[in-house]
Amino acid sequence: MKLLSYIPVLVVGVLLLYAAKDFPEWGSPDAPASKSPVSSHFIANTGVDTEVPNMVTAVLADYRGFDTMFETVVVFIAGMAVLAILKNSGRKKLVKREFEVDAEPDLIVTNTVRLLVPVIQIFAFYVLAHGHVSPGGGFQGGVLMGASFILVALSWDLETALIRFPLNWTTILGGLGIFLYAGIGLLSMFLGGEFLDYSELANIFPVSREMARYHAMLGVEIGVGLTVTAIMFSLYANLSTEGRLQRGL
Amino acid sequence: MFEDGTIINELLIERLNYFIYVVLLLIGLHAMIAKKNLIKKLIGMSIFQTAIILFYVSIGVKEGSTIPVYLPEHDPHGSHSVPSDTNETSHFDHGPVILDSSLVKGYANPLPHVLMLTAIVVGVATLGLALALCQRIYQGYGTIEEDELLAKMESREIRSKTLSVQIPKDQKLPKKDELKKEKSRSVSKSKTLSASKPKPKGKK
Repeated sequence: MKLLSYIPVLVVGVLLLYAAKDFPEWGSPDAPASKSPVSSHFIANTGVDTEVPNMVTAVLADYRGFDTMFETVVVFIAGMAVLAILKNSGRKKLVKREFEVDAEPDLIVTNTVRLLVPVIQIFAFYVLAHGHVSPGGGFQGGVLMGASFILVALSWDLETALIRFPLNWTTILGGLGIFLYAGIGLLSMFLGGEFLDYSELANIFPVSREMARYHAMLGVEIGVGLTVTAIMFSLYANLSTEGRLQRGL
Repeated sequence: MFEDGTIINELLIERLNYFIYVVLLLIGLHAMIAKKNLIKKLIGMSIFQTAIILFYVSIGVKEGSTIPVYLPEHDPHGSHSVPSDTNETSHFDHGPVILDSSLVKGYANPLPHVLMLTAIVVGVATLGLALALCQRIYQGYGTIEEDELLAKMESREIRSKTLSVQIPKDQKLPKKDELKKEKSRSVSKSKTLSASKPKPKGKK
């Protein structure tokens, strides 16, 4: 059986290596992906279309906004599915297992984390808010924000973190993020454009059509950030305790 | 051995990056097929994913290009002061401009970065969901080893089958000792199977 599994692996390997012969060399500017009119259009016109210096954010939140919206929905659904799978499952009573030990939160660890968490959270806001100008964006900021809460849960215990970020908030915040994203899209639709055509927002805000896209992207990224923060923490809280939400790692 | 035109030269020197991705991908594929432990299968899936992400990101690379964020001289919001080599600072003040094809070559391809950003996020979501399913399986069966899991599922199936066979026999009112025999057989079967394996901890 074990030997049998090498057959598909080797077949795939030989086929892929044979195909690698025809791929462009490392860093070649003539690679088909780099020469394609789509990516050249993004590089050449992002500045004129949206006034956003970071092309990745512009492509993510504007040109491919529909994709990113359902991306966020996927993250939200995954969080809800984990909640549904693990909630009310398994051990109701707390039976102590042989590898579980009672330990007080360590003094050095907790005091270090006390200093670190505000810095991490401010950095998360920075990454989120500067997603257009420098590398960053909603997903990255959201993950950093969620990580700060996970750090609290790791250094004290899960209950301490859950006081600061209750689990029913995560559902609400996750839904709110998607609502914000879809709301901006719907608003631009009601103003006469297509779904997620942010330039129509210039009709109600005192900015040019390009700057309307610039600012709508920030709104969209905030929505993404909210959902990702909530779901990251919810995933950790549920997975580390088998859904009991007591006595985590 | 490493002269121009040989296969080894092609793979290991000119296209070493693709070789590394293929090897990573095969490690992941082999782990997913051959490993019996479900968590090890998930680790294999993550390695597989990493190979594909690396492949996409490397496609976006252009020699001598910078990251896909506009340099000060192309920044749509103009008005930047940048210190240059000579002591004077060069000042850029202009609106957004469409870049021509020679300038486009100076920026890495943003599209693979965007696609992989979404792929990473979906990867985290699927990994979380898969881990939750693994925990649920462990609660129900007490193991996440594939072969032990199959044995346990089979024994459960046998138990439920013997129960469903008994019902029509009951209607015909069979002899009591026959029924007892059947019952004791199924009980002893489940007993031996459950005794040989550690007891599932999460079972209600």
